[in-house]
Amino acid sequence: MLVLGIETSCDETGVALCDSEKGLLGHVLHSQIEVHAEYGGVVPELASRDHVRKTLPLIEQLLDQTGVQKQQIAGIAYTAGPGLVGALLVGAAIGRSLAWALQIPAIGVHHMEGHLLAPMLELDRPAFPFVALLVSGGHTQLIEVKGVGQYRMLGESLDDAAGEAFDKTAKLLGLPYPGGPELARLAESGDPERFRFPRPMTDRPGLDFSFSGLKTYALNTLQTEMEGLAEDGLRQQLRADISRAFEDAVVDTLVIKCRRAIKQTGAKTLVLAGGVSANRRLRASMQGVMQKAGGQAYYPRPELCTDNGAMIAYAGLQRLLAGQHEPLTFAARPRWPMTELASLV
Amino acid sequence: MLTIEASTQEQQEQIGAALAAVCPTNCVIYLKGDLGAGKTTLVRGFLRGLGYQGAVKSPTYTLMEPYEIGDRHCYHFDLYRLADPGELEYLGLRDLLTSDAVLLFEWPDRGEGELPNADLEVAIQYQKQGRLLALVANSIPGKAVLEALSGKLP
Repeated sequence: MLVLGIETSCDETGVALCDSEKGLLGHVLHSQIEVHAEYGGVVPELASRDHVRKTLPLIEQLLDQTGVQKQQIAGIAYTAGPGLVGALLVGAAIGRSLAWALQIPAIGVHHMEGHLLAPMLELDRPAFPFVALLVSGGHTQLIEVKGVGQYRMLGESLDDAAGEAFDKTAKLLGLPYPGGPELARLAESGDPERFRFPRPMTDRPGLDFSFSGLKTYALNTLQTEMEGLAEDGLRQQLRADISRAFEDAVVDTLVIKCRRAIKQTGAKTLVLAGGVSANRRLRASMQGVMQKAGGQAYYPRPELCTDNGAMIAYAGLQRLLAGQHEPLTFAARPRWPMTELASLV
Repeated sequence: MLTIEASTQEQQEQIGAALAAVCPTNCVIYLKGDLGAGKTTLVRGFLRGLGYQGAVKSPTYTLMEPYEIGDRHCYHFDLYRLADPGELEYLGLRDLLTSDAVLLFEWPDRGEGELPNADLEVAIQYQKQGRLLALVANSIPGKAVLEALSGKLP
């Protein structure tokens, strides 16, 4: 079964083709350079949510690239939530009507389920059950996954998401927003011994996170240490050292909670997904912890860590194969607890 | 103008809760202050004051978080990521303006020209210890809120 996936829940427009036999045939994102060129430069943050202009040309580009004819598509999956209602409605409207025109079934997919199942698109893929850590600019969640649609929320962030804390701390350090990846690069030249930042909420039981206080901690450290520091080189080193202390604190906190979740559930497999899962230090630490526990950590290739159409195509394919599909109407669900999803069996 | 000092995060939340207690069901509040000043913390206190129990997450990523607390409606906006005020159209702001709701805006400068006028403006400033909050009323209902609030503070 060949499924077209459409992702429009936030800033990225992504489309992909996923086949039950051949796997991922191709995927396209609006943020690709050639697409930018087509529309004349980088589109601003929110105007990029003008998915209306992008989705259909992207689908045509995808069909061109993969050599697939529209008539070969057997089902369409679109992100139905959670996200911004206007953005979601574009993908849902296009997906549902295209499916009707082609006389094939359509399915609304939960965005976070897409992220959760993204590692399944790789050759070396995890087996159920596993614990998933979803970390991005908008989410920090620990979920027990027994199968497609069988999710239990173990813990989540009570304020800022981990990626958001990265981006905001980067800004406080004078890096452009969103500067999470730049902060991680700066941390490479930082001294891990100079500062030690707190590991929020690790001194009490539970699997919830709180990252909001870390950015204030970083700011206070910056202001205190910067006083009387005139030399550029020393100022830059201070920023690098703070970046390192901050990154270590976030990574450590995530690792401590994951270790706890693994212990609590008895799972042997950990899945990392979402934009922050591309962080090198996080991947290395998590792999180390899992190996020590006699298990393994899995994560998708970096381009499938951030929002993309491939994960929506894959998740939709699983549900369509199980016989699930939408009626001839469509709806977007801006708030949609993942625990409300139907199981496949 | 009313100025209040908050030396801890808890006090910041308490001020938010006190504000909620005197706030009408229909009100526009601007929250100004640098990253980490505690704007979301104040909103968390506000929502807790209305009886909301769940997590109050930063809306930086989602841009807007809606809350329904009994028959009260609150919308918590963070316009930090807005590149152009015209982009507010994508958030469906216009539909919310006519509803009976409290609208709380972080980084209102980024939505200049497209936002409803504020009844109340809260500016949060870093102090050596804690934060200094300056509240200004811009409307008759806003003035009533400030008067009621100053009577409630220790």
